[in-house]
Order: sequence, then C-alpha cells, then structure tokens
Amino acid sequence: MSEHQPPSLATAGSVPPGPGPATPLERGAPAGTAGATPAGPSAPSRRWGGGGAGRNIGLVVALAVLCVVGFATGGERFASLDNVMTILRLAAVIGVLSIGMTFVITGGGIDLSVGSLVGLTSVWASTLATQTMAQDTHWAVMVFTALAVGTVAGVVNGVLVAYGKVVAFIATLAMMVAARGLAEIIANRQTQIVDVDPFLDVFRADILGVSVLVWIFALVAVAGWFLLNRTTFGRRTLAVGGNPEAARLAGIKVQRHTVSLYALSGLTAGIAGVMMLARTTSGSSTHGTLMELDAIAAVVVGGTLLAGGRGTIVGTVFGVLIFTTLTNVFVQNNLSTSAQGVAKGLIIVVAVLLQQQLAARSRRT
Amino acid sequence: MVNDDSGSAVPTGSAAPAGPSGAAGDEGPLLQVRGIVKHFGAVRALDGVDLDVRPGEVHCLLGQNGAGKSTLIKVLAGAHRPDAGAVEWQGRPVSLTSPVAALQTGIATMYQELDVVDGLTVAENIYLGHELASGGVTRRREAHARTRELLTRLGHGDIPPQREVGHLPAAGKQIVSMARALSHDARLIVMDEPSAVLDSEEVANLFRVVRDLTASGVAVLYISHRLEEIRQIGDRITVLKDGTTVATGLPAASTPTPELIRLMTGRSVEQVFPARRAVAADAAPLLEVEGLTLRGVFEDVSFTVRPGEVVGLAGLVGSGRSEILETVYGARRATAGTVRVAGTTLRPGSVSAAVAAGIGLAPEERKSQGLLLDEPVYRNVTLSTFGRFARGPVLDEKAERAVAHDQIAALELRPADPDRHARTLSGGNQQKVMLARWLVHGCRVLLLDEPTRGVDVGARAEIYGLIHDLAEAGNAVVVVSSEIDEVLGLADRVLVIADGRVLHSGPADQIDEHRVLDLVMEGSAA
Repeated sequence: MSEHQPPSLATAGSVPPGPGPATPLERGAPAGTAGATPAGPSAPSRRWGGGGAGRNIGLVVALAVLCVVGFATGGERFASLDNVMTILRLAAVIGVLSIGMTFVITGGGIDLSVGSLVGLTSVWASTLATQTMAQDTHWAVMVFTALAVGTVAGVVNGVLVAYGKVVAFIATLAMMVAARGLAEIIANRQTQIVDVDPFLDVFRADILGVSVLVWIFALVAVAGWFLLNRTTFGRRTLAVGGNPEAARLAGIKVQRHTVSLYALSGLTAGIAGVMMLARTTSGSSTHGTLMELDAIAAVVVGGTLLAGGRGTIVGTVFGVLIFTTLTNVFVQNNLSTSAQGVAKGLIIVVAVLLQQQLAARSRRT
Repeated sequence: MVNDDSGSAVPTGSAAPAGPSGAAGDEGPLLQVRGIVKHFGAVRALDGVDLDVRPGEVHCLLGQNGAGKSTLIKVLAGAHRPDAGAVEWQGRPVSLTSPVAALQTGIATMYQELDVVDGLTVAENIYLGHELASGGVTRRREAHARTRELLTRLGHGDIPPQREVGHLPAAGKQIVSMARALSHDARLIVMDEPSAVLDSEEVANLFRVVRDLTASGVAVLYISHRLEEIRQIGDRITVLKDGTTVATGLPAASTPTPELIRLMTGRSVEQVFPARRAVAADAAPLLEVEGLTLRGVFEDVSFTVRPGEVVGLAGLVGSGRSEILETVYGARRATAGTVRVAGTTLRPGSVSAAVAAGIGLAPEERKSQGLLLDEPVYRNVTLSTFGRFARGPVLDEKAERAVAHDQIAALELRPADPDRHARTLSGGNQQKVMLARWLVHGCRVLLLDEPTRGVDVGARAEIYGLIHDLAEAGNAVVVVSSEIDEVLGLADRVLVIADGRVLHSGPADQIDEHRVLDLVMEGSAA
C-alpha cells in the first residue's frame, strides 16, 4: 500500500497543468499519505457531499409513507393512473419554480417574487396585443413574451441584490408586491381567456400519455441537475453561496453570477407562467399567489441549505412531489385545506430538524 | 513520557518547585486531571490526558493542531463530557457536567473566538447568564459599579461599563471576557490563544494582567502557539500530542525550544528558516507597485519584487499592511498609484484582472476569506481554475481532481485526500490548500497575509520551507506578518510600515528585530 494512486489518476499526466514555472512544486515523494484513505471515485458518498444519499433516502421514505397512507385511505382511486397524472400535473408548475429557487438559495439568496412573476408573465403573455400578434405569426410569441418578462424581472432583482446591495429578502419582496400590482394594472383585474388554439394544442397535449406540462417539468429538472452538478455555472453557484468572500478573492465575478442566478429564477417563473396559461387556459393576475412559499418549502425540505453553498435538485423534486402528494391525499379524503396547512408546516419543521442533525453529524466526522 | 529535573512527569503531590511567579507553596494542586478519554464516533480526540494546575501558576498547554487542546478545554469548560478519566478540584472529585457546573466549580474559559455579544454593553456582557437582578428586573447601577471594580482590577478602569462591546477593539473585548471570568469568582481561567488577535503592545498588557491575577492566587491555563510568549509568562508546560500527555511539568523558562518542538511533533526541527540565496540583481521586476494610495489607510507605497525574491512587510495590526496586499490584489480599489505585473499595468479594483495577470492572495483569514469549508479539498484547490477543466460549460471533474491531487501530494498535504472537506484540515494544511490553488493556477506573484496564523510550530517550518521553494522556483513572494522574526527570517527585503507609511525599506539582513520595533513604535507615536 505504498501507492495510493486511485485508477482515475492514471490519466494525470495527460491533464494540462497550469502555465508558469512553479507547477507542480515537488517536495519529494508524497510521504505523508500513509494512513490516508485512498482518494478517488472509490469514495462516492463523500464525493457527493456526505450524507446526501442518506437525506434522499429519507425523502423516498417520506414519499412512500404518503403513498401508503393515500392507498390505505383512497384505495384504487388514489393509485389510479389518472390520479398519478393529476399529482404530476399539479407538481409541474411548482416544480419548475422550485428548480429556479434551488439555484438562488444555493447561491446564498432567496427569491420571494416568483409567485407574483407567474401572475405577471401569464398576464403579459395573454394580453389582447400579444394574443393578436401570436394569432398573426406564431404561438411562440406568447412563450417568448413570458420568458422575456420573467428574465428581465429576475435581472432587476439580481442587480438590486448584487450591485445595489439590497438584502435579497427585501429586494425580491419589493418585486413581489410590484409585479403583482403591475399584473393587475395590465389585466385590469380581469381574467384573460387564451384563444390562440395552436398554443393550447401544443401545451395541453399528451406525449406518450403524459401531459406536456409534466414533460416540461422533467426537462427543466434534468437541465437544472446538469447545470448545478456538471457545469462551471453550478460550481460558481456553490462557491458564491458557500463563501462569497472566498469566491471573490479567488477571482470569481460574484456580482455578475448573482445577477444570473436571479435571472434564471425569473426565467423559470416565466416558464411557470406559460404552464399556468396552458393549464387554466387563461392569464390572471392572481396566478401563482403564494407559490413562492411552496417553492421555498419544497427546496428546503429537499435538503438544500437555506444558508447557501449546498443544493440538491433531486431533493427539490422530491420535496415538490411530497407536498403535491400530500395535497392530493387530503383532497381525496375531503380534508380541509386548513388541515393541509398544519400538515405541511409539520413536514417542514421535521425535515429541517433532520437536516440539521445530519449536518451536525457530517461536520463531526 | 519525558521526565525532567522538576520531578516525575506526572506529579502526584507538591514536590515540584514553583515557577517564577508561582504562588504555590506547599498547597496541593488546584486542578488534577487524570486519564481523560474522549471519543467522537471512531475518533479518539483525547486518549489519556493528565494535567495538574497549581494555584497561582501560569500553566501552558502546548500541542499541534489536532493534538486535543480544544477538546481538553471544552472538557474543562463543561461543554464536552469525557468518556473516561477523573477530574479533581482542590483534592475532591468533581464532575463538570455543564458549563454552569464548571463555572460554579471555579473554572472560567476564554475562548479564542471571543464569545462576547457585540450588541450588548460591557456590563451586560460580563453578567450575561448571571445577571444581577431582583424579581427579573436588572440592577443596572450595581452591575455597573461591580463592572467598574472588575475592570479596574484588570487595569482597565478606562473602559466605560455602558459602552457597547461591538465598539471595542479586540483587546478590549478580551478584557471584557476576562472580567466575565472574574465575575464568576473563577480560581482557574483557561485562555485559548489569547494573544492571537493582539499586537505586541496589547500582548504586553495582557501579560501584566495575567501576572496580577496569578499574584492573587488565580491560576491560568494558557494555550498559545508562540513559544516566546510561553517563555515570558509561563511557569510550567504540559505538551499534548495525539490526544495524550507526552510531558508535563516542564519548566517554561528553561526547557530548550528544540526539545519542545520534538515533543510536539515527534521529530526534530533543525533549522526553522531555510537559508537565503542570492537573487539575480539584474532580473527585471515581476511585481512593481508605484505610489499606491488608499485614502485614509495608507499612502504612497512603492516597492518591486523580482523573480525569486521574498519581500516582507512588517508592521503592527492596523498599520495598513494587510490593506496594502489587498489593494495590490485589486480587492480594494486604490485611490492612486499603479500595480504592474511583468510590465503590464493592472486594472485597479479588479480581483479577476489580478488573478488573470498571475497574482495569487492567501488571505489572513483563511476560513472566512479563503476556503469553502464544506467543500472537498480539490474544489478548494481549483476554485480559481475550474473553468480550465471544462469543455464549454461542462466540467471535467476527473481531470480537476487529478490535477488537485498531484498538487496537494507535491505539497505534502496530510492526508493527501482530495475529497476530504476543507473544514477538517489543520491550519497548516489549509494554508497548503491555498498555496496549491495558486500553484495550479500558475501564479508567479504570491501575496501571503499572515501565512502561519493558526499554524502550529511543527507545521510552520514546513510552510517556511514551501515559501522558500516557491521563491526558488522563480516566483515573486510578498509576506505580511505580525511576527517580526518571521518577516526577517523569510524575506530578502523588508518594508517597515506604520500608520500607512513605509518607514524603512532595505535588505533583511541589515536590520534586526529591535530596530524594526523601534521604527514601528516611533512611527506610531509620530
């Protein structure tokens, strides 16, 4: 055991080292590795941030328990394919928002404006003018409008937070209030029916028996997972959220990255706005009310640290599914939304308590 | 076990002679600790610690990071419960089951990260947790009067009891922390690296206070990395290594330094500072700083560093030395002046421009300014270069880990495990991670701010060796340190800084510690 070189390091020679005369600095053989755990992909659990797998197991168990309860109380009605699709369709809109929220929270921020932005983007994309233009040209005009409005609002959030040094909570709270107001002005407090049929045909369709909305959620989740775990953007997000000062002193453009995080969140709010348009066939300034709280709850229950620096897309997806299934079980059993609220609150508290214990344990070892 | 002439390594009685300021006559020990064991999961943090403290002595605790000093302190403070072993207080067994129990016994602890509440007043901090109150209403006037007494006893009657603690400098917070210990009628005060945040003048005052305390019979358990301090203030020394007492009762004044280092590290350190070599005098400077000014902090700082050269900045805390480094690095925007690397002028106030030009900074506060503590080592190493290990936006973590692994192995990081979280590394190893980051980047100008802060004695020599090797390899190195001998030992040229001005600039071998101190004192007085 004098050599601890794991297999993956056999390729080390082919890797381009940094330029300059000083690399690598040789100080004799690595004598100090005695007793060290062999490094490399043989330690996957640590590579994925320690305890991550354990947390996800907790989420799987929670979801399974909910399903058992659902089946026990609702029987076939709960387990039917129709009902599963209903759950997924419900999960889709919140889910897309939660993916964007995962990035903002992992980056050390918070975005309270996403719910209002769902309303604003749905209204803006369904005004008479937009719909007329969509009729004349292509339904994609509506989609583009929603995404652009969401992204611009996100950029405004980001600039306020990163360059204006406004606390994220306050900046996005202001956007939350303002965006809702703007939506009401544009819609004149009326529901705007969507009658661009090609738009509805596309987004209300099923592919392989699964709603397009669910496919969008799946696509956004997969893209989000890849972005967070496999790209430089994701790495910057972890660094900026984990220790912004260290990131800045390492040469990362922290402010620019912060803006892009809020822009991403705004973009997902735009996508969610389009999905709401399709699901309800209308644009309304009340769309997305309180959704920001559901998204934050899903992200936190999923295991993303509210303090930043650690985020999990898989956890967020589970968080969303847990809350949506909970709602479904309650509806199936004709329980009040008030009881639902109590149950949701309990889940959030229990999840965060568990998270803290896991974090404390992984810190000690 | 090491025995010395003061008696058996583990004194069981009172035969050993007292130290210079020790008030202990024939009294038994105040505190006796026997065979303390403490596990954390599979890790044995303490594995049989013995220690005895006499009334009125300054007992120094030495050991490398990870030797178990902090765990022992927490056991004495009642924050951790030991798994085995016994603690006796004035000859009677006690169990320190909680912080309150420890305080009631008479043991008060001053933690390194001063545990004062910034938003509360001095008096409120001192009586925090044992407020003077009748029926829930605090007796402010009495608290203020008693606070004033305590502060006067500590020689700081000048601190107003109603002042908010957040407005006090570090030294003042320390006094408050000490007054709090006294307010509990502590007979033993545990001080965890009390001098770490102080400059030399404040350290002198700290020592005066400690001497006053011991003269009145209070014992002090003093933890420090600085051997010079231990020589000055300590009576006896206990050395911990790997959670075990390897020597106890050593006379602080006469035990030779190499012996202490050997006990702490288990190996001998022949030479602390590597020999300097000549720098080619005709080499073009790599780093040129000209007329650099940050209004209100420092002004008109100019110096050049050639490849292979180490330039040291000596000065007190607050003299502007760290700010100079940060401004060169672009982390602060200079009011005037230029920074050139290899002839190219840098855009002011831009860290990314400095990094791109090949400047790397190892900041003073590694934990808060340098590292992602809960991320693996390899991601910390590649924090400023991970973009290179990407095709388009997609990271190639395999290549990234391989490069990081090679570099940390070359720097002899222990353990050389790229997946370990940075939080679990000792100070010296964390510093190596910072160096590895800039070596992977290919930096040619390295700015090291307090490179050995929080690094234990054994690992210091290693860091010095690394700095030496970095210069040998043709890099330009700038070192800032509060420890003047460190600056003089490492640097080829020294800049002495006080109050934001360069008072002296010249070769390191033509100036000595006293001269530097004189300059610094004069400069501050002026």
